[in-house]
Amino acid sequence: MSNPFLIGENMTGGYGRGADILHDCTISVAKGEIAVIVGPNGAGKSTAMKAVFGMLNLHKGSVRLDGEDITKLAPQARVAKGMGFVPQTQNIFTSMTVEENLEMGAFIRTDDFSNTLSQVYDLFPILKEKRYQAAGELSGGQRQQVAVGRALMTKPKLLMLDEPTAGVSPIVMDELFDRIIEVARSGISILMVEQNARQALEIADKGYVLVQGRNRFTDSGKALLADPEVRKSFLGG
Amino acid sequence: MEFLNAFVAFSNFVIVPAIAYGSQLALGALGVTLIYGILRFSNFAHGDTMAFGAMVTILVTWWFQSMGINLGPMPTALLALPFGIAGAALLVLATDRMVYRFYRAQKAAPVILVIVSMGVMFVMNGLVRFIIGPDGQQFADGERFIISARNFKTMTGLSEGLAFRTSQAITIVTAVIVVALLFWFLNKTRTGKSMRAFSDNEDLALLSGINPERVVAYTWIIVAALATIAGVLYGLDKGFKPFTYFQLLLPIFASAIVGGLGNPLGAIAGGFVIAFSEVTVTYAYKKVLIYLLPESLEPSTLVQLLSTDYKFAVSFAILIIVLLFKPTGLFKGNTA
Ligand SMILES: Nc1ncnc2c1ncn2[C@@H]1O[C@H](COP(=O)(O)OP(=O)(O)O)[C@@H](O)[C@H]1O
Ligand SMILES: [Mg+2]
Repeated sequence: MSNPFLIGENMTGGYGRGADILHDCTISVAKGEIAVIVGPNGAGKSTAMKAVFGMLNLHKGSVRLDGEDITKLAPQARVAKGMGFVPQTQNIFTSMTVEENLEMGAFIRTDDFSNTLSQVYDLFPILKEKRYQAAGELSGGQRQQVAVGRALMTKPKLLMLDEPTAGVSPIVMDELFDRIIEVARSGISILMVEQNARQALEIADKGYVLVQGRNRFTDSGKALLADPEVRKSFLGG
Repeated sequence: MEFLNAFVAFSNFVIVPAIAYGSQLALGALGVTLIYGILRFSNFAHGDTMAFGAMVTILVTWWFQSMGINLGPMPTALLALPFGIAGAALLVLATDRMVYRFYRAQKAAPVILVIVSMGVMFVMNGLVRFIIGPDGQQFADGERFIISARNFKTMTGLSEGLAFRTSQAITIVTAVIVVALLFWFLNKTRTGKSMRAFSDNEDLALLSGINPERVVAYTWIIVAALATIAGVLYGLDKGFKPFTYFQLLLPIFASAIVGGLGNPLGAIAGGFVIAFSEVTVTYAYKKVLIYLLPESLEPSTLVQLLSTDYKFAVSFAILIIVLLFKPTGLFKGNTA
C-alpha cells in the first residue's frame, strides 16, 4: 500500500463545465494485484475510471503511475505508458473482425505483435475460432472477451475494466473472472468496476465502495465482505 | 434479327452509357460516403472538389498537349490525372486546416459542418470559374471510339450500331481498378484499418492510440483522388463544365444515401441504381419497340417516360422512396 503502482489521489472533477461528480476520491492498485470498485448505480464508478485514464478534467488531485505524475497526460499517452482501458460501453469495433479489433488494440506498437496475439487467443480460445467474424455479431460474453483482448494487445502493465461482466450469464461471468485472475497472475495490475459486488470482492486484493463520488469504504476485499455495514448496504445482507 | 437489333439499340443507348455513368457516380459517392463515415458530415463541396480536380487535370493536359506530349490513342488527361489529384489534395487539405479543423476542435454538430461545407462549396465554385471560366471545355484527345457504330454495323451486318467510346471503356476500367485499390487499402493496410476503426467507434479508436488528425488527413487525400478521378472521367465522357459538377451533387448524394451513408459497398451499388434508373427512365424506347412489336402496334410517340430535362427528378424520387422504406439505405449504413 505504501507504494501503489497506480494511484488517483483526491480526485475532484466532473464532465465539461458541469457539476463535480467526484469529490476527493482516491483509488489505487498495487503491482500485480486486483482492485475492485463497487457501489450503487450512478455513484461515479465509471467517472472515477475515466478520471484515472485522463478522460476528465480534474481540478484537484493527481494521478501517478509507478511514481510518475501523469495527471496531465492524454489518454493515448497513458496507453503508451502501459495502461489499458476497457470502457463500460461501446468497447469494441462492431463492424470489424475479431482479429482486426485485436490489431487495432496493438496500433501503437511498432514491433511484431504476433506473440501477443497468440497469447490473447490462448487466453480466449473462442476468439481464435471466430477471428474472421465481425465482432458485432458475437454474443455478449464473447464481445467482452474481444474488448479485454483488444486492451491486452499493447501488453499493458495495468488493465482497467469497467463492468466486464455486464449483461452476461452467471456461467460466463465466472469464466470471465477466472480469465481476469489469470491475467493478474501474469503480473498485470487490474483495476475493475463491478456490479456483481460479492463475486468481485472475493477475488479482490483491495476493494473500494464508492457512494456519490466519495470513498465510503476502503479495505481488502475480504474485510469488506466481512464488514456487516458493507454487507447490509451494498451486498444485500 | 429484329430482337438482336432491339438489344443492340438498347445496349447502345442504355446499358453502356448507364454503366459508364454509374461508375462515375459510384466514384463520386465513395468520396461522399468516406467523408460521412470518418468526418461525420455530408460534404456539399464534393461536386466542386470534383470540378477543381478536373480543372487542374485539364490545365495540365493542355500544357502537355502544347508540348506535344500525348498517350497515343488514349486521352492525355490520364497522364495529367496525378497532377489533378495532387492539386485537389492540396486544396482540401488546406481547406481542412483553415476551416474544418476549427469546427472539429469545437466538436461542432454535423448540421453546422454541412452548412460550413456549403460555404466551402461556394468558394471552390468561384475559384474554378475564376481560373478556367464558366464555359464548357474540350480536353479529350486520342482515339474517340474503340468500336464505332459504323464499324459495328459492317462487322455484324445488323442495322443497329453499338458504339463503344474510349472514354466509356476508360471510365469502366479505371473505376474497377480504383475501387479494388480502395478496398484493398481499407481492408488490408494498417492505415486503412485505422480509418475504419475511427469510423466505427471514434472514442475507442482514440483509446487505441489512433491519431485522429492523421486519419482525417488520409481521408481527405483519398477523397481528393476519388473526386478528381470521378470528375475527369465524367469530363472525358460528357465534357467539362463547372456547373454540371454542382448539378452532379444530387445524383451523387442520392447514390451514397441509397446505398447507406458511410458504407463504401453501398455507395457503389447506389451509383449504379441511380445511373440505371436515370438512363432507363429518360430513354425514348421508340427505336427498340419498333424492332420488337408488330407493325400495327408500332408506337407513334417517342415512348419516353420522362424528358431528359427532368433526369434529376429520378435521383430525387429514388432517394425519397428509399428513405421512406429503408432509412439506413439498401446496405446498412452509419446512422450515427
Ligand atoms: N458523459 C457524461 N456527461 C455528464 N454527466 C455524466 C456523464 N457520464 C455520467 N455522468 C453523470 O455522472 C454521474 C456518475 O455516473 P457514472 O460514473 O456513470 O456512475 P456509475 O458508473 O457508478 O454507475 C451520474 O450522475 C451521471 O449522470
Ligand atoms: Mg458505470
